Amino acid sequence: MAEPQRWWRHLLARRMVLVAAILLGLLLLLTLVGPWFLPDPMALKVSQRLKPPSWAYLAGTDELGRDMASRLVLGARYSLAIGASTAVLAVLAGTVLGLLAGFFRRLDGPLMRLVDAMMAFPDILLGIALVAILGASPVNVVLALSLVYTPRVARVVRACALVIRSLPYVEAARAVGVRSPRLLRVHVLPNLMSPILVQLSFVFAYALLAEAGLSFLGVGVGADVPTWGTMVAASTPYAERAVWMLFFPGLAIVLSAWSLQVLGDGVRDLLDPRLRGAP
Amino acid sequence: MHLGVLTRAPWLAWGRPVLARLWGMLMVLGLVSVLVFVLTRLAAGDPVALLLGDQASLQDIAQARARYGLDAPIVEQYLRWLGEVLQGHLGQSIFLQMPVHQVLLDRVEPTLSLALLAVGVAMLIGVPSGLAAAVWRGRWIDQWVSTLAMLGASMPSFWMGLLLIQLLAVGLGWFPVSGYGAPDASWAQRLHHLLLPALVLGMLNSALITRFTRAAMLDILGEDYIRTARAKGLPEVRVILLHALRNALVPILTVLGLTLALMIGGAVVTETVFNLPGLGNLVVRAVLRRDYPVIQGALLAIAGVYVLINGVIDLLYLWVDPRVRHG
Repeated sequence: MAEPQRWWRHLLARRMVLVAAILLGLLLLLTLVGPWFLPDPMALKVSQRLKPPSWAYLAGTDELGRDMASRLVLGARYSLAIGASTAVLAVLAGTVLGLLAGFFRRLDGPLMRLVDAMMAFPDILLGIALVAILGASPVNVVLALSLVYTPRVARVVRACALVIRSLPYVEAARAVGVRSPRLLRVHVLPNLMSPILVQLSFVFAYALLAEAGLSFLGVGVGADVPTWGTMVAASTPYAERAVWMLFFPGLAIVLSAWSLQVLGDGVRDLLDPRLRGAP
Repeated sequence: MHLGVLTRAPWLAWGRPVLARLWGMLMVLGLVSVLVFVLTRLAAGDPVALLLGDQASLQDIAQARARYGLDAPIVEQYLRWLGEVLQGHLGQSIFLQMPVHQVLLDRVEPTLSLALLAVGVAMLIGVPSGLAAAVWRGRWIDQWVSTLAMLGASMPSFWMGLLLIQLLAVGLGWFPVSGYGAPDASWAQRLHHLLLPALVLGMLNSALITRFTRAAMLDILGEDYIRTARAKGLPEVRVILLHALRNALVPILTVLGLTLALMIGGAVVTETVFNLPGLGNLVVRAVLRRDYPVIQGALLAIAGVYVLINGVIDLLYLWVDPRVRHG
């Protein structure tokens, strides 16, 4: 194949990752500086209720006359914080479980059966059941979703750990008497960074979507917490008259979840030596 | 020695791996039942107090608790419940005053029809796009297929459902806005009610099928017999459709089964958006009403079906692929 064509292919392959990175960067920037120039997201103006998007109200107004654009920026804080905390918790717990299962033969069977059993429940259903137990609040949604996604991470980490532990240099380290904790820290964890990063971005995206789903079903963070999910849920009675109330918060979810997943894929390709050089 | 291997009954080669898988499946099912029981019992709130309202005396509540067996030690409650479940009794719904298995059976049809239709939609999207992505690997079509698949996997189903309801049902009037039609509706009317939800569920779940089809096709297109087929001058279309796709059918069928299993429980949100009287919708309502027996029964049924479908897929693989059998 001609060289320029190859080059173009590479650029295109990475362009999506670039687009995703720019989108996420813009989102973070807006979250930080948006409150400086956007109207107060809590200011009620009943005379301005359900106004379509215009120069004054970039994303229209809601049923109480609040500016949707500022509310989206406010929602970004809550939604992203919930997604990120879930991702960090699930990846931490999943990594510990996966390492235990991958390195200690005796634990492998029972732990993986438990993982199988937990993964037999659809994400949202397990989430609903856990939030119903814990009660509807942002912290509880984070806890519930972390539990939901821990098995997924554990399974990936275990699979990687099984490969790593049979690598010659790990066996050599073991043979010269390196103890398990040091072996894990120095030889194994650095090798796990790539799958862990990938899982971090994917679980972030899943959690964003799951939080929205739970909030829509009425078993989420609670209707008074302004996440993108609760905004979509709150828009349903007005969907016919004010479709922008439904459209924009959902779009924010789609763009964030898409960017996170594309970024995760990009990280995987970048760090996977087998794929290096391939399109 | 060789003769011994050759003459050994074929079922001997099967026995061990099949038994191992059945045993694993049984353990997972056991764990699923424990999880279901623990989850529903941990849920805060007393169903009896809810049922009887705040007018009930402590004595009434105690009596009702005894009647539903809610006063025994938790392990005893679990074992008693498991024994009942194994005999096919899932208990009595506290709110609907009906046996749980009856409640579940009433809800199976909408969920199963929705899931089957949605798998059809997902297959119609996923298989051709995965095929195209594999054949034109690394070209623009491959990039766009993966970008779009990712976009589908990033959409909240209720958002897409609500938007399509506004556009196609409220706006253009092509579909009913929600529900499952009158109780005596014909199958054509039912289908009309199911089309839009199936479209949403299928579109958003096609990514897995796309990815699997692409990977399976890429594997097979690198095989020697494909090179042979090309070398003997067969037209490329024939090579891809007859030689490659045919051999990719097993992994594709596997992922279709997997998608079906995922959808049976994963349709919770879609069923709620379109107000379909299915299993997922039932669970959501039961959670809001704290109707333990229904939650237990539905979770058990959904997770159980998932484990069973996965087990059957595993066993089929064993049958199809001798490498798995002997490995």
